[in-house]
Amino acid sequence: MADPAKESRPGKTKWEEACKASPVRDVPFETMSGVPVEGVYGNGPYPGQYPYTRGIYPTMYRSRLWTMRMFAGFGTAVDTNGRFREILRNGGTGLSTAFDMPTLMGRDSDSEWALGEVGRAGVAVDTLADMEDLFADIDLSNVSTSMTINGPAAILLAMYVAVAEKNGISPDQLSGTIQNDILKEYQAQKEYIYPPRPSMRIITDMVKYTTSEMPRWHPVSISGYHIREAGSTAAQELAFTLANGFAYVEAAIAAGEDVNVFGKRLSFFFNSHIDFFEEIGKLRAARRIWARWMKDRYGATDERAMMCRFHTQTAGVSLTAQQPETNIARVAIQALAAAIGGTQSLHTDSYDEALALPSEKAARIALRTQQIVAHETGVANVADPLGGAPYVEWMTDEMERRAEAIFDHLLELGNDSILEGVFEGIDNGYFVGEIADSAYRFERELNAGRRTIVGVTGFTEGNEEDDVNLLRIENDTEQDQLQRLATVKSQRNEEAVQTALDDVTSAAADTSGNVMPAILKAVRAYATVEEIGDAMEKVFGRYVEKAIV
Amino acid sequence: MAERRIRIILAKLGLDGHDRGIKVVARILRDAGMEVIYLGLRQTTASIVAATQEEDADAVGLSMHNAGHLTLAPAMVQSLRDADMAVPVIVGGIIPDVDRTELAQAGVAAVLGPGASAEEVVNTVRDAVNSQMDLSR
Amino acid sequence: MSLRDLSTADVFGLAAEGQRHALGRLLSWVEAGGARADEVTELAHPVSGNAHVIGITGAPGAGKSTLTGQLTRLLPARGIRPAVLAVDPSSPLTGGAILGDRIRMDDIAGEAAFIRSMATRGHSGGLALAVPGAVRVFEAAGYDPVIIETVGVGQVEVDVAGAADTTVVVVTPGWGDAVQANKAGLLEVADVFVVNKSDRPGANDARRDLELMLDLSHVSGQEAEFGYRPPIVMASAIDGTGAEEVWDAISAHRSHLSDTNQLESRRERRLTMEVTNRLEQLLHAKSHSLLNSPAGGKLLDDVESRALSPSEAARRLADHIGNQN
Repeated sequence: MADPAKESRPGKTKWEEACKASPVRDVPFETMSGVPVEGVYGNGPYPGQYPYTRGIYPTMYRSRLWTMRMFAGFGTAVDTNGRFREILRNGGTGLSTAFDMPTLMGRDSDSEWALGEVGRAGVAVDTLADMEDLFADIDLSNVSTSMTINGPAAILLAMYVAVAEKNGISPDQLSGTIQNDILKEYQAQKEYIYPPRPSMRIITDMVKYTTSEMPRWHPVSISGYHIREAGSTAAQELAFTLANGFAYVEAAIAAGEDVNVFGKRLSFFFNSHIDFFEEIGKLRAARRIWARWMKDRYGATDERAMMCRFHTQTAGVSLTAQQPETNIARVAIQALAAAIGGTQSLHTDSYDEALALPSEKAARIALRTQQIVAHETGVANVADPLGGAPYVEWMTDEMERRAEAIFDHLLELGNDSILEGVFEGIDNGYFVGEIADSAYRFERELNAGRRTIVGVTGFTEGNEEDDVNLLRIENDTEQDQLQRLATVKSQRNEEAVQTALDDVTSAAADTSGNVMPAILKAVRAYATVEEIGDAMEKVFGRYVEKAIV
Repeated sequence: MAERRIRIILAKLGLDGHDRGIKVVARILRDAGMEVIYLGLRQTTASIVAATQEEDADAVGLSMHNAGHLTLAPAMVQSLRDADMAVPVIVGGIIPDVDRTELAQAGVAAVLGPGASAEEVVNTVRDAVNSQMDLSR
Repeated sequence: MSLRDLSTADVFGLAAEGQRHALGRLLSWVEAGGARADEVTELAHPVSGNAHVIGITGAPGAGKSTLTGQLTRLLPARGIRPAVLAVDPSSPLTGGAILGDRIRMDDIAGEAAFIRSMATRGHSGGLALAVPGAVRVFEAAGYDPVIIETVGVGQVEVDVAGAADTTVVVVTPGWGDAVQANKAGLLEVADVFVVNKSDRPGANDARRDLELMLDLSHVSGQEAEFGYRPPIVMASAIDGTGAEEVWDAISAHRSHLSDTNQLESRRERRLTMEVTNRLEQLLHAKSHSLLNSPAGGKLLDDVESRALSPSEAARRLADHIGNQN
């Protein structure tokens, strides 16, 4: 399992050649004191070489720093559009969209479930009209957009395509990502709508659609972040996430897709928690495992389909409400771990997020934290700087061992299919039970004084000092959005909407077809997120989870 | 031989899906000998009231992580009152200290902030139930 | 109006009128046992005894809660008001319990059914009294049938089977591998078998295995005597099939019971069992207090000093109890 031991001269030479072919940034690659440093130290396989334990690119951050992608979204689409355009004006090239809770759950702003939630945790989107507002005056052929949404993902993707279309931009010009990782919803985040199998069918339809129509689009971002936040251990985060990835691969292959083609378009999303070395080992193990399985089990031959590219977010669950400024230290350490772990993009949390949405100042400090790591610490000068350190190599191996044990269990559950094993694990409560056990074990240890959280279980002097300025969202957003929705509904052609919705239901019932074209048609007719979702629910049913506590 | 155990409903109102905390609390209360009727996610005040009646629960525990506590918790208290049920409502999760007074005024029996210990959780529930207890049981 | 200041009879009256909380309170009294529970029994017994009691049991993960939910959703449309008692084990260490069955049922069943979660509280003896007590109270409040849903396998299930007119045993494809399938109790108590999750591979094998087992076991003694062989119903929540067939099988069994006069005799047996259990509990309490009294203590000292034999001591104590009235 460990990397082949000695530095191989041919390997190093190959690496050097690969580096020559990659342009690097125009900065001195020296320590602060002026000592020149190499691009990598120690033994192979080297960065950019299978199995990519040491990084997916030969030059890593020398060529390009990780993307500092900060998540945003609030209020109405018009409000968020303002924020987007500001970001672009300030030189950003990527947009990252947060949606409100009702939208995430496939509900409209006028649903009884939406009361008090409209526009609160993100932007409210009910119809194509909102999407048009969201991206008004933005050239979609020139930006990369990330949409963090799962259950109703197909509908939101269709809306994005429809907006571009209205502006004369064809789908193949669009670049971006949609999270669309439904498996982890059953395991952790709970933003599901339909049961697992029909949801998987929707995702494979989206993979097929993007493969042929949107080659620059990443259709799934396989996420471990939420699994970890729900209380799993690092090894469970690693294993469950990669297993979900394997499940999507198996489903896509079964649907006739080419692993080398869609494999390039899959990406991951990991957590960066506070145990520094465990996180670094975890990320290195992720790359190694993914490469091995894609090559050996799923037959990938294109290197890019074997590479585990990922976004990282620092652990929200590690932030304390007590002495919140200490969170700045936590986030800095977590960001450092992610950079040493070789992430492609990073979101750092704000120090006041334990209690409320981030204030502007706190959000700025979070960004500055990344910039300090990138530009001041020297960590970006050398790829996989801790590679070869005995502890880190051992940790990488250990994470891999533990993950493999979980894969074995899933293969058993699924009769040698990870996809079936994951379905079974969802159905019999395996994932949810393991996560709850880990969460509970941690609480017990905390309670028994065997673990410490500074400011919470100890070192509490300073807790009384108040009070971080909390961001409160006032709610005229809800009224505005309800108005907007009512107006759209009054102006659209009801007959066209109804026909389109019926077509969505038929498409859902037709297991040999793809739901995307019907959804696109419904979206163009200004059907709402909930209406389209319900049209599919007629066929797929609604998922109710079992109580595994 | 009469045996009385505290029966408590645990639930989350609205769309918020963070259930790590409520699951931990369920185990803590079970370990303290209580009977936890676990309703979990996506409950409404109506479904919680119905369960409280059918289960003759001694308390209702709500877990909140979405900044909705100032609307949802009082709504729960009111729904129970409307149904003539004198059952204490205990709220836990992401609750800023500054909101405790308002919640108390709205009739919430107790608030458990982030980082409450297992002992605090158990004692808070016991105290809330005992203060409200129907003595003619 | 709080229930707090009302008499047992008042609360009983409210429950009979359809007040959910009042019924909930009666159930709590019954569970707790003691004088209040006895008062409730006095009130409920004369007006009960006809409800169809259905036990649903099977291994964990068999999908019982979902099936129960589907059944209860079917029934209101047919003018039927079901009550569900969901029994779950208490922790043997702490006595507490996490009762989570109602989630799945609740959502599916809607408002028509009354669902109550009951923990075993560690002593199946207690359950043996609480369950008939609960059934009685449900019926007095107008609910019929009463569905008792239990987890897993073991003594609890056999107890519950004793409390039911019709016992439904739920298995899933692959059940044959599970050791519990062979536990004596389960197969013999089944009046209806359900192969749940029948959309999965192995469903037909599961059915065939059950048929074989029925052929071989002495359960078919029932068949020989009364011409009844437990039907095997295939069900799948995913496909949405089976619930109606399960209900039909349950109804057919009930008809069979009354046609062969077994309904009456089963119920008599149950009441006798209940009286026996109560009697034993009372006697147990009495002997416990006797043994701890000064007179009892003296007898025990005599036994220890060889002045009295254990059998003589026990006989004297029994006589004492017998003479107490």
